[in-house]
Amino acid sequence: MNLRYIQGKRIGVASTNRLDDEALRRLAESAARIASLQPELEDFTSLPEPGALPEVAGVFAEATASATPESRAEAVRAVISAADQAGVLGFGSYATNRERVTVVNSLGVRASEERTLAQVITVAMGPDGEAGYAEQAAVDHTRIDAAEIGREAAEKARRSRGATEIEPGDYPVVLEEYAVVDLLDMLGYLGFSALAVQENRSFFEPGKRVGSELVSIWDDATDPEGTPTSFDYEGVAKRRVTLVEEGLCREVVYDAHTAGKDGRQSTGHGLPAPNPYGPFPLNQFMGAGESTREELIGGLDRGLLVTRFHYTNPVHPKLAMVTGMTRDGVFLVEGGAISRPVRNLRFTQSYLDALAGVAAVNRQRKLLRGFLGSVVVPAVRIEAFTFTGATEH
Amino acid sequence: MPEVEQRALDTCSQQGASYADVRVVRREDESISVKSGRVEAVSLGESEGLGVRVLVDGAWGFASSSVLNTREADRVASEAVRIARASGTALRQPADLDDRAPARGHFATPVEEDPFALSLETKIGDLLAADERMRAVKGIAFTESLFHAQRERKSFAATDGSQTEQEITHVGAAIEVNAVEGDELQRRTYPDAGGGYQAAGYEYIRSLDLAGHAEALAEESVKLLRAPQCPSGRFTIILDPSQLYLQIHESCGHPTELDRVFGTEASYAGTSFLTTDRLDDGFMYGSELVDIVADATAPGGLGTFGWDDEGVEAQQVPLVKEGRFVGYLSSRETAPRIGRKSGGAMRADGWNRIPLIRMTNINLLPKPGKSLEEIVEDTDDGLYLASNRSWSIDDRRLNFQFATEVAYEIKGGKRGQLYKNPTYTGITYEFWRSCDAVGDERSYRMLGTPNCGKGEPGQLMHVGHAVSGARFRDVQVGVGKW
Repeated sequence: MNLRYIQGKRIGVASTNRLDDEALRRLAESAARIASLQPELEDFTSLPEPGALPEVAGVFAEATASATPESRAEAVRAVISAADQAGVLGFGSYATNRERVTVVNSLGVRASEERTLAQVITVAMGPDGEAGYAEQAAVDHTRIDAAEIGREAAEKARRSRGATEIEPGDYPVVLEEYAVVDLLDMLGYLGFSALAVQENRSFFEPGKRVGSELVSIWDDATDPEGTPTSFDYEGVAKRRVTLVEEGLCREVVYDAHTAGKDGRQSTGHGLPAPNPYGPFPLNQFMGAGESTREELIGGLDRGLLVTRFHYTNPVHPKLAMVTGMTRDGVFLVEGGAISRPVRNLRFTQSYLDALAGVAAVNRQRKLLRGFLGSVVVPAVRIEAFTFTGATEH
Repeated sequence: MPEVEQRALDTCSQQGASYADVRVVRREDESISVKSGRVEAVSLGESEGLGVRVLVDGAWGFASSSVLNTREADRVASEAVRIARASGTALRQPADLDDRAPARGHFATPVEEDPFALSLETKIGDLLAADERMRAVKGIAFTESLFHAQRERKSFAATDGSQTEQEITHVGAAIEVNAVEGDELQRRTYPDAGGGYQAAGYEYIRSLDLAGHAEALAEESVKLLRAPQCPSGRFTIILDPSQLYLQIHESCGHPTELDRVFGTEASYAGTSFLTTDRLDDGFMYGSELVDIVADATAPGGLGTFGWDDEGVEAQQVPLVKEGRFVGYLSSRETAPRIGRKSGGAMRADGWNRIPLIRMTNINLLPKPGKSLEEIVEDTDDGLYLASNRSWSIDDRRLNFQFATEVAYEIKGGKRGQLYKNPTYTGITYEFWRSCDAVGDERSYRMLGTPNCGKGEPGQLMHVGHAVSGARFRDVQVGVGKW
């Protein structure tokens, strides 16, 4: 339990995982004491007022809520079996999650919702360390095909066998969905938050071009194609927010505090207090395109097919300059066809420049886990991506 | 032994466990953040519960609960056994634990000034004083400062008769200042980017003298806006402790985790280039000046304790000796697989996570001879890099790239020109083999990070790193297009 105690413009926060009377009394007393010691927060306006919550489908699945250790183990065995059949080793996890989130406040907000999520991830590795990756997430765990995920990763590992060096440099790339996740996650962290804009640390300016016309990104927690929820951690209804439309910056996400500063309404993107990061887009979508996977790869004269990124971190936040590694399957594409597996590379690349270089977008998308929430993304082809180093595998 | 713990262990044994342990953990947290002259947040948190780990026919199970009574202890123990049996259906290599004498005793972090007993006004006042000095510098966009204290009281009991009690206190603080102009954002932090953290009381925070460093820090962030871009090329570099500790963390700490070597982290953070054949072969990890030890007994370290979370006594484990790779961070299950005893590195994030092999205090031992400043004086041409800005390393911990907040040119043994946006990159063992100077005791200090991530579901750990600064030759500096 997380309590925000507000006295005028003074705010205290305390939390506990004990729900007995004594602990709750101490929780209230602690939060009140903290609030009384605080200077006034001049730009604080109010906690959210009650409002209608949207009817959101697909938030909860009984099958996930009642999943058992035995059913999870069965899924794990399916992944391992696929690895065995391909002659590789399987590593990974299968998790089912059930949670109830309840938000109430003294202005009358009453919101409560039970949510579920299931997820399988696996890395398959061959005898020489060649690797492949696959993952799947779903609200309803019966929709997860663990055997297929196992086969996808094992097949990728098999095709990665015998990877050879390739010179770092600028290459056109096809990024699979697992890699595109990182683009959206990082941009959400660096720039799509109202707080980042208010503190002048975001790249975001309304109307600024940050992507090609093929790039549209929005946050929508009400879409059952993602992992839906109807309200945020302040009990505010989730609203769809267009972040980038055909390459142009449109809006950012707000919580109650940042909305109050800008004279706006919260978009329902508050995180639990205290929250130094500000509001966050937890349900990002990237618009699908018209290309098939074969057309994406077929459009590379000489380029790289990248399965996913690893350990990315911003080097220059305002330019969204990011470094990271490729991982679990990189392939040289020549003449529109995969020619050979190559060893992993380091990139140092502005993600905004990457979006600007998007030349084709897959017509299909995948629901995948993100840094904090989930994302629904297509694979993309990008005209140029800067690889700045190589490693030994 | 408390009734709840005894009940959990008895239930596990009755249901067929060959081994079980139970931890009851009570954690208190207090954090204060100040942003641009105002108190942004003050928060107190408490969390308590029990975690039961059980071994059934060589397979692990784990379950936990925030409800502390005997009925719930029964339920949690039964759930842990059920999970172990389910896990057993996919088991390839049964777990086999090394022998150790039952652990017994009490440990507490030495604390001079209890951070939880000190008034909030005092702690807030110290942050505001530093914040005010930063904001007094013209050109500052926004400032942040933070204080954090954590106290964990945990009891451990196991079916082999072990029973320990520990009270561990950590404190940390940091100040940060940001200057912004156009697309340029330049940040400076003190004592390092993640905050200065130690196992100690508020006396450590006082020793940092946050306010005393605030003005110079702010002036430097403004200067960085107009500073030239750090040049690219092969350079001699000297790493300040505020950067070197993270270099050790990423390129030595993580790759020496033995569970990682065996693949249990493969689908998340990856594996390791330090495979067991390299231990047998005496792989040269670094130059002969490089001595790295995992020391869970080091005073003030975030990885200092009496026993790890499977009841193995705190110890010093050499990882790299005179440059040669000699040891791992290990557990009772993994160490026997390489013919050794556990090095005591199993740690869990609170009561609701299973222990994993984690760093304790991974320290680069100082070398008698030259202080860090004397190493600078001994350098004709190079760069001095300080305070981490970003970090990244591949999934076997070979190819790394770091950015620091600041670089200073070194010419003729003196620090001069300031450069912005420095980056450097390399391959772990090549980099450490190029180390030709390590600072002595005079600049040796304990740093650490409170947010080392590992495992699925995720766990954050407090880990320590004592360092004195070091010099490296022929390093690639300046990566990417600026």
